[in-house]
Amino acid sequence: MRKPWLKRLAHASEPWLYSAPSLILIIAVMLVPLVVGISYAFRDIQLLNPFSGGFIGIEHFRDLAKDAAFYTALKNTLWWTGASVILQFFFGLFLALLLDKPFWGRGLVQALVFLPWAVPSFLAGLNWAWLFNPVIGPIPHWLFALGLMDQPGNILSDPRHAMWGPIVANVWWGIPFFAITLLAALQAIPRDLYEAASIDGANWFQRFRSITLPFLAPTIAITVLLRTVWISNFADLIVVMTGGGPADRTQIVASYIFTQAFKRLDFGYASAIALVLLVLLLVYSMLIILLRQTLLNKD
Amino acid sequence: MKRSVLPTIAHRLAILCYIAFALFPLFWLLKVSVTPNDLLYSEGVRLWPSRTTWDHYAFVLQHSAFPTFFKNSVIVAASTAVVVTICASLSGYALSRFSFRAKYLIVALMLLTQMFPLVMLVAPIFKILSPLGLTNSLTGLVIVYTAFNVPFATFLMQSFFDGIPKDLEEAAMIDGATKFIAFRQIILPLTLPGIAATLGFVFTAAWSELLFALMLINGNSAATFPVGLLTFVSKFSVDFGQMMAAGVMALIPAALFFLLIQRYLVQGLTAGAVKG
Repeated sequence: MRKPWLKRLAHASEPWLYSAPSLILIIAVMLVPLVVGISYAFRDIQLLNPFSGGFIGIEHFRDLAKDAAFYTALKNTLWWTGASVILQFFFGLFLALLLDKPFWGRGLVQALVFLPWAVPSFLAGLNWAWLFNPVIGPIPHWLFALGLMDQPGNILSDPRHAMWGPIVANVWWGIPFFAITLLAALQAIPRDLYEAASIDGANWFQRFRSITLPFLAPTIAITVLLRTVWISNFADLIVVMTGGGPADRTQIVASYIFTQAFKRLDFGYASAIALVLLVLLLVYSMLIILLRQTLLNKD
Repeated sequence: MKRSVLPTIAHRLAILCYIAFALFPLFWLLKVSVTPNDLLYSEGVRLWPSRTTWDHYAFVLQHSAFPTFFKNSVIVAASTAVVVTICASLSGYALSRFSFRAKYLIVALMLLTQMFPLVMLVAPIFKILSPLGLTNSLTGLVIVYTAFNVPFATFLMQSFFDGIPKDLEEAAMIDGATKFIAFRQIILPLTLPGIAATLGFVFTAAWSELLFALMLINGNSAATFPVGLLTFVSKFSVDFGQMMAAGVMALIPAALFFLLIQRYLVQGLTAGAVKG
């Protein structure tokens, strides 16, 4: 009688044993501080004010609703995230397809094109800010020579186009991420399928549509989901390259939180903004997960 | 004959474009780091300066705590990468191979950790780690970075495990192996490319992290490289040559690491293809 019971317990606890180290870390270092952080959104937490810390209810959110800079940041976040993810994804997918074909020197090429990912984001930001700088960078002079600019100026201080600076830096930095993940998924597709399809007379596009895409779809869904969320939370490049300027034209929600938390040391207000962003991203993720579920169920 | 040559040329050309786009900014970094100060602005747009100098490097190595930053970053990034990969292999395997009731709860929890702005955690984490003596310590940084990277690494490993047929370990278990032995001896070796990719991702992520390093570390003794670079920006705000020299040196381990992983990745993939 006892043995099957013990066996059942051992069987039921097995997945938990595998997951335990990860779960303990996540709960202790992320979930608990998250709850504490959410409580900050309803408190008056200013690092330099020793009398702060009191509970103030939804006052931060009332301020937020009237905060014009927040709405600008929200709009900029959509633009920044959308453009970055789409460009990274298509360039990344194309690169993965190029690298999926065997050719001489592929290992070296892979190492070279994936290298930007190894560059610290902070340094990547400075590097691109430098490239866009008309005094010492080449890009303004190239744009001028192509007739795209009236005179070699700094795109980062041009209110109309400033956002393209961090976006280009982000695309450069993020292509390898998509390429690596998609390449790994491509390599896992059984080669016989392609051979069989070729024998049946399918051309490249037909093979891509009916073999490659269905196999990649789950990977694409999860990568795009994670990437979108990461990029909308990713303030490093903007903070380093423009600091949100000129005139808040490149200020995204994440960099706005950064400004509130680190320059004004207002952790309470920063947490309130972060909470709003969190809710928006959760809604977005739910939609994507539902989409993925329906796609998977269709097969 | 012609029909097979044209796509090949297009393929190689596209590859070349990617290489140029990926490497040009890094080339520029190198160029600026060897340009003497007096030529920095006058020869700003030239592809290579008429004179080169190692002065910026010498200054950084002799007059800054950069060697310490470097050592700290290597310790933090390497430890984080190893610990995360171990945790993520286990939890990724659990998500891939077991069906249990709380699985969706775990997935939801891990997705949740990817949703919120990490800025939100800075103050609470500081307050939690401080009484434990884990602020201003590399161990504290490793713990924080490990937790941050485990969720994504788990998903990554899970997708690699999903790609391996279940029959393999079922066969081993019929032969008398326990599930864990089957996991360690049969499944893990097959996911070497996945492990390599995970190690690479986590190493570079930990190597680049700035925000928490800034908040949790004060003083030079435990500072990591991004914090060191920021010190450079604020202290020598116009000395781009020195900053870029420091940047180039900081790139070297990441680049080497990537080259190594790369070879390993290709090897693993080829081995997998032969077996498959």
